[in-house]
Amino acid sequence: MHALESYAPMLPEIAVAVGAMLILMLGVFRHNVQAGADYVSGWLSVIVLIAAGALILHAGDAREVLFDRAFISDGFSRFSKLLILAGTVLVFVMSFDTLARAKLLSAEICVLMLLAVTGMMLMVSAGNLIALFLGLELQSLALYVIAAIDRGNVRSSEAGLKYFVLGSLSSGMLLYGASLIYGFTGSIDLSVIATAVQGQPATQNIGLIVGLVFLLVGLAFKISAVPFHMWTPDVYEGAPTPVTAFFAAAPKMAAMALLVRTLMTGFPGIALQWQQIIVFLSIASMLLGAFAAIGQRNIKRLMAYSSIGHVGYALIGLAANSEAGTQALLVYLAIYIIMTVGAFACVLSMRTADGPVEDIDSLAGLSSSNLPMAFVLAMIFFSMAGIPPLAGFFAKLYVFGAAVKGGLYTLAVIGVLSSVVGAFYYLRVVKVMFFDEAKQSYLPADPGARLVMTLSGAFVLLFVLIPAPLVNAALAAARSLDIATTAAR
Amino acid sequence: MDLASTPLLSIVMFMPLVGALLIGVLNPEAKRNARWIALYTTIITFLISLIIWIKFDPTSAGFQFVEERAWLDVMKFKLGVDGISMLFVILTTFLMPLVIMQSWVVEDRVKEYMIAFLVLETLMIGVFCALDLVLFYVFFEGGLIPMFLIIGIWGGANRIYATFKFFLYTLLGSVLMLLAVLAMYWQAGTTDITTLLTYKFPPDMQWWLWLAFFASFAVKLPMWPVHTWLPDAHVEAPTGGSVILAAVLLKMGGYGFLRFSMPMFPIASEHFASMMFALSVIAIIYTSLVALAQTDMKKLIAYSSVAHMGFVTLGIFTFSTQGVEGAIFQMLSHGIISAGLFLCVGVIYDRMHTREIAAYGGLVERMPIYATFFLILTMANVGLPGTSGFIGEFLTLLAAFKVNTWVAFFATTGIIFSAAYALYLYRRVVYGALVKPALKTIQDMSPREIAILAPLVALTLFFGIYPAPILDVTAVSVKKLVSSYEASVQSAALPAVNTVPTPASSAQPAPAPGHN
Repeated sequence: MHALESYAPMLPEIAVAVGAMLILMLGVFRHNVQAGADYVSGWLSVIVLIAAGALILHAGDAREVLFDRAFISDGFSRFSKLLILAGTVLVFVMSFDTLARAKLLSAEICVLMLLAVTGMMLMVSAGNLIALFLGLELQSLALYVIAAIDRGNVRSSEAGLKYFVLGSLSSGMLLYGASLIYGFTGSIDLSVIATAVQGQPATQNIGLIVGLVFLLVGLAFKISAVPFHMWTPDVYEGAPTPVTAFFAAAPKMAAMALLVRTLMTGFPGIALQWQQIIVFLSIASMLLGAFAAIGQRNIKRLMAYSSIGHVGYALIGLAANSEAGTQALLVYLAIYIIMTVGAFACVLSMRTADGPVEDIDSLAGLSSSNLPMAFVLAMIFFSMAGIPPLAGFFAKLYVFGAAVKGGLYTLAVIGVLSSVVGAFYYLRVVKVMFFDEAKQSYLPADPGARLVMTLSGAFVLLFVLIPAPLVNAALAAARSLDIATTAAR
Repeated sequence: MDLASTPLLSIVMFMPLVGALLIGVLNPEAKRNARWIALYTTIITFLISLIIWIKFDPTSAGFQFVEERAWLDVMKFKLGVDGISMLFVILTTFLMPLVIMQSWVVEDRVKEYMIAFLVLETLMIGVFCALDLVLFYVFFEGGLIPMFLIIGIWGGANRIYATFKFFLYTLLGSVLMLLAVLAMYWQAGTTDITTLLTYKFPPDMQWWLWLAFFASFAVKLPMWPVHTWLPDAHVEAPTGGSVILAAVLLKMGGYGFLRFSMPMFPIASEHFASMMFALSVIAIIYTSLVALAQTDMKKLIAYSSVAHMGFVTLGIFTFSTQGVEGAIFQMLSHGIISAGLFLCVGVIYDRMHTREIAAYGGLVERMPIYATFFLILTMANVGLPGTSGFIGEFLTLLAAFKVNTWVAFFATTGIIFSAAYALYLYRRVVYGALVKPALKTIQDMSPREIAILAPLVALTLFFGIYPAPILDVTAVSVKKLVSSYEASVQSAALPAVNTVPTPASSAQPAPAPGHN
């Protein structure tokens, strides 16, 4: 009994994993399930995710470790997990009808998404390199399959295959880096690695730095930071839209949180070295995200480049390597996830009698045919461009604040300038919706998509009134990580 | 109800938003109701804002009607007005009912139009009331969204180019200010404007901060050579949008120089003053000449706005009571006059649907009332004594003359040029023979149009003859602004005679002010 109680910090993960298996069994043994429209499994998954969220909220503020520090449950991991769960629930709710129409809503996709979520939750709690790799691979393997879930569709299969091949490559690099780090420090435990290089000059840490570079390459692939972003537009475009929405929200959060914890608690001794890498990734992502999105005609490709850009901004928080920076990163990702899910709810609703459409020009005149949707999408895009008083402004305020505090002026200036470039392509979509003549009108949006759109739009608009709770929660989360970092030193 | 404890500024600020929400729940077809609700909302807002003017204590230099609520960590939702900002609030609330009345002719998407303008009003009032840097920035930038939509949806033929240019230009200037705001926060530990007004930033930091704020305000004002968005935006915007743009949005730049650049970065302001003089003079002369060559009425007035804003920067950077008061007066007066001029253009545009000067001529024969109103506003734009345009230009030139005779000399030639382009415009549009067949049946102003223009014309003349109401309100605040500026420049200059501010010397804390 005592042994069982000691697993309590892991209860949310256990709940999601067990829930996934239950849904799988139910899916096998239930009769009279309409193929491809299995709403029961879908709603069960939502219940499982919400239950896991409730368990996390119930867990209290303590920092607990399990399995010889392989699994860490602290404020930082709980904040990230809640975001992952919230993002996934929203994606589920908005895409049931779309998936059912495409005959994709089956027990399998629900189980795969739940397993991916389990992997993500393990990632944000990973305290050593083995746990890190296990979580990452559980997540990735589930995601590879989900990307190709529409197996009758060539583009979806292509997306899955491409993601799999490139993803395996990056996993290999990550593993190689991890083995170098282990070879150099003699430990896989992040807190031991942190102490291994204390006080040594950088020239004596070459092995560790090389290992870390490989580790970073692997992780940069997962968060699709430039120059490891090549897969993103193709996978975003090829995968079914609900899957794309999921890709844009939850895995980003998980990989980012993993990156933050690994670098800040595992490698404080060579912070100057990895900061340079993060600064480069950040600048490259912001610039490429801004400039490459300008030419896009497909809304999903546009969202792909937009997500690359946003990753760049969030990385500013990590580059600052401070408590304020971590807080900024968490605030940024929280707001980004809600915005991006809302935007994808709108993308899901872009369908005519002939089926879903994806080109931006088809949005023309949306403001006269469907003003609420046009308004929400416009507000989300203004928010993504960082225009006050919308939520996205506060996200940018915090990351730039962290950069300025950390003295990263060049990074901050390039960041704000690329945000102006980024504003251009967001505005172009608004222009198409509001200033152009209507060509066609869409079918009415599904109730789930409408709900998510409304929630996201309301969040974006009203965040300015009560910004404090989210910001304070992010601060508490950042602090819990900072305490761990100082303890490691 | 106790008036003293009523959050008057919040009420004035959020009243338009309430109206916008009310219109938002209307049926899209209810054009009439949308118009009337917008009109009532703006009139009520104006009346409440008048209470602020009446209750305002002109003998106090501090902030009044201060409200403070918790918002986000150290950033507070803090509002307040002093002699510098109060009248801009009144200007905004005063012009909005006129804009709404002018917009009676808008038939397309009336509901959204009214909502956009009401939201814009809330944000504009917020800019002038905010006593927190981040809050200020939120309002300052937030105005871009409604204005982008106003120009883009209800604008002219080339509206999309114009609105993108407007948005991106302004955003580019402002994001640098955002970084400066953040740097100030980490340096001073607060974003409270009243505290920052007395905070001494290290000299070399002041330079960077000043430049970042300059980037934003120079674009907004706009100053030569970053003014090119203005003619496009003005021309393509619907009449109401042009009025708000010229009368209020441009003033945010001047207000920003007064509220932030001059008191918070006095040493940098002193350093850059000669550059500002040069830019102001170029703006006055160059854009006046450009205005002379325009064939589009709105474009002409837009260039004339740039020239008039040159006087504002000229006045502010003389750092004298006269100059600053003149700049404030010039901004308020230009707010009234340019609004009137754009409305005048709107009157004939609504009839003929062209802004080409060549399409008109001889209007006086069929439109005598219009000709009179237009004449008074044209004269005010020229700066004829007896109109409000004269006072502001005279005060700024007086102050400039004391600082630098040549600057005053060149700036004065701008007045001659302004007479040239304004009178040339008036002659081509109103005088001459009425030969164009399309104009033969043109109607004079309707009672609605007279009701819109009459208050503007009356105020132009009133403040031209009796400027005391404006000058009295601003006097004490301006005096305090100028004296605190002089004190900080002197205290910085005394011990630093042999050490010109360099990155090395700035590491030391700024010397304490006023020790004798």
